[in-house]
Amino acid sequence: MTPRLPITRASAAVVALFLFALPLLPLAQDNGAPYTLLSRDGRRSIPIVVNGGRELIALDDVAALFSLMVRGDSLAGGFTITYRGRTVIASADQPMASVDGKVVALPSPVVQAGRRWLVPVEFLSRALGPIYDQRITLRPAARLVILGDLRVPRVSARIDSAGPPTRATFLVTPAARVTTTTDSGRVALRVEADALETTLPPSATGLIENIHAGDQPDTLIVALTRNAGTPRVQIVTADNATRVIVEIPPGVEPRAPVSQSPTPGAPGTETPTPISIRTPQTIVIDPGHGGDDLGVKGAGGLEEKQLTLDVAKRVRSLIESRLGLRVIMTRDDDKLVTLDERAATANNNKASLLVSLHANGAPSATPAGAEVFYDRLDREGEAAKQAAAAQATTLPIIGGGTRRIEIIPWDLAQAPHVEASDVLAGVLEEELRKVIPMSARPRQQAPMRLLSAANMPAALVEMAYLTNGKQEMDAGTDAFKNNVAQAIVNAIVRFRAMTEDRETP
Amino acid sequence: MTRNRRILVAVGGALALVAVVWGINAFGSKPAPAAPTTTATAAPTETAHITATLFYASSDGQALVGVKRDVPLASGVVEQGRQILLTELQAAPQPYIKVIPEGTALRAFYVTDRGDAFVDLSPEVSRAHPGGSLNELMTVYALVNAVTTNLPAVQRVQILVDGKEVDALAGHVDIRRPLTRDVSLVRERDSTQDPKLKTKSK
Repeated sequence: MTPRLPITRASAAVVALFLFALPLLPLAQDNGAPYTLLSRDGRRSIPIVVNGGRELIALDDVAALFSLMVRGDSLAGGFTITYRGRTVIASADQPMASVDGKVVALPSPVVQAGRRWLVPVEFLSRALGPIYDQRITLRPAARLVILGDLRVPRVSARIDSAGPPTRATFLVTPAARVTTTTDSGRVALRVEADALETTLPPSATGLIENIHAGDQPDTLIVALTRNAGTPRVQIVTADNATRVIVEIPPGVEPRAPVSQSPTPGAPGTETPTPISIRTPQTIVIDPGHGGDDLGVKGAGGLEEKQLTLDVAKRVRSLIESRLGLRVIMTRDDDKLVTLDERAATANNNKASLLVSLHANGAPSATPAGAEVFYDRLDREGEAAKQAAAAQATTLPIIGGGTRRIEIIPWDLAQAPHVEASDVLAGVLEEELRKVIPMSARPRQQAPMRLLSAANMPAALVEMAYLTNGKQEMDAGTDAFKNNVAQAIVNAIVRFRAMTEDRETP
Repeated sequence: MTRNRRILVAVGGALALVAVVWGINAFGSKPAPAAPTTTATAAPTETAHITATLFYASSDGQALVGVKRDVPLASGVVEQGRQILLTELQAAPQPYIKVIPEGTALRAFYVTDRGDAFVDLSPEVSRAHPGGSLNELMTVYALVNAVTTNLPAVQRVQILVDGKEVDALAGHVDIRRPLTRDVSLVRERDSTQDPKLKTKSK
C-alpha cells in the first residue's frame, strides 16, 4: 500500500496539471482582435479569446474593467458577480445567466478553463447591462463596448472614385456637426461626438494615401499623396445623416496650406480636368408591370404597362445620349417580370440608383396628378437593420489576410438608403412639378415591395392617374411622355450632383 | 335545473355583451348599454350589434374615411374580428366607395398571442384588383385599419391570399410582413358628408 502512494500522488499531479493546462493551451494561443471599451474615462482594450469559433472575454478582465466583485464556486461549477447589491449567476457550459433572478440567454455557453472563467462578449450587454448603473452597448461590427450615454456615431468612409479628381464620401449617422481643416497633405475631419465607430477603406486609392483615425477619438484624417492638389470639402446634412464629400484634384503647384473651403469649386487656380477614367455609373429604370400584368387600364384603353415601357425607353435614350451613363431596364419588352427579378437586376448591376415607373389608379375618376414614393421600413425593419449590422462575417481574401463584410438580408437592402431615397424622391417631385400636375400627396413614404429590396437609392414614380379621363388622354401624348422622361433625367442629374459634388446647382 | 341553467346562460351572455361592447367602445362616444337584467332572453348574437369604424374611399376617391357602422356582436376577439371584416367586405354605404375588390371572400381570421392578426382572403383580392398604388394602399390599409382600430388587442395585421403570404396584392405595397395601423391616407372627416359620420383617427 504505502510504496504505491507517491506514484499515485505523482500521477494525480500530472493528470491534474494536464487537465488544468489542456483547456488553456488552445485558448491561450487563440486570441481574437480585442474589443475596445469606450467610456467617459477614455478607451480601454478588452482582450478576446476565441474558443470554438466563439469570441469570449475572461471574467477577470470584466471584473477589473467594470469594478465588479466575482466569486467563483468551483463546487457548484459557477460564479456569482455582485455589483451594488445586485447579482449575476452563471454556470459552466450553460448558455444563460441569472440576472437578478431573471434568466437571460447567451449566444454561447460560459466556459470554465482551469481557474479562469470565460464569458461570451454578449454577456456584457445582456447579463451585466441590466444590473450595471450605466448603459452597456455592444457594437460587434465595430468591436466596441460603449459604457454610458456616449455619442458614438457611425462614420463610414468610401472612396467613390479614384479619379483624378479622387473623391471620398464620409457618411455620419446619426447626423452630427462636422468641421474640417485642410493643411499640407491632409484633411482632418472632426465630428462632434465622444468617439466614432468607423468603417474605413483599406487601401490607397488615387490621390488618397489612406484614411485613418486621428489623435483624438473624434477625428479622422485623410492623408493625401504628393501629387494631390487643394482638396474641396462639402458638408451636407439631410434627415438624420451628415455627408462629407472630399474631392481632391491633382496638384499642379506646390501645395499651400489653406483653411476649410466649404463650397466646392471656390478657390483660385483651376486645375485642368483630366480625362475621367472611372467606370460609368449604372442607372436602372424599371418600367412597372408587363405581360399578363397590365397594371391600371384607363377607360380609353391606355394600359399602364405600355405607358411605363414607353417612358422608360425615352428616359434611357436621354440618359445615354446626354449623360453617357449606362442604363439598364428591368424589361425592355412586354413581358412579366417579378418584383424580385427587377430588384436583382438593379442589385446585381450595382446600380447607383433605381427609378421605377408606374401609372396610378383610384376608386373614382377625380384623383389626378403625379406622386413619388420612397420606401418606409416598419419598426421590425429597423430592428432587423440593426441586427443585420451586427452580422458581420470575416472572409479570407486572396493573398492572405481577412476582410470583414456586412451581411444585409435581401428584403432589407433598402434600409441604409432610405434617407438618400427621400432626397431622390424630393428632386423627382420638384422636377416633375415643373412639367406635369402633381397630386395633393406629391411625395409619400410607404412600404413598397420593389423598393425595399433595392440596395441603392430608389424611388417609384406614379406619373398620372389613368382612372382620370383627362389624365389618361394627356398621358398618351408624346409631349407628356417626353416631359416626364426629361424631368426624370433632370432629377437624376441633380441627385448625382447633390450626392457626388460633381456639379454645383 | 334546466331553468336555472337557462338563466345562467342568459346572464352570462348579457355580461359578455356588456364586456365586449365596453371594450370596443372604450374610446368611443356611446355610453355602455343599460345594466343587464335577468329578463334578457334572446341570444345576444342574433340581435346585438356593436358600432365599429370601417374604412372606405371617400366619394371623390381621394382618401380613406372611417365610417361608423353596425357590426353583429360576437363573442371573443377572433369572432368579432371576423364579423368586422365580413362587414368591411360588403358593399360600402352611400356615398362611399368600397376599396376591396368585388368577389373577395374572407377565408380565415385569426390572432396570435403577440397581437398579430392574420386576414386570409380569397384570390379575388389580388386577381380582381384594379391596380395603382393608391388603390392598393387603400385596400391594404382599409383592412389593416379596420382590424386595428376596432380590436385594441390587435397591433399588427398580416394579409394572406388564399392561405399564403404574398409579396403584394397588385405589385406595389409590401405585405410580406404584418403591418401596423396607418392613417396617413385617412381623411379626418369627409367634409362633403354627414358631419355625424366621424372618422376615428389619432
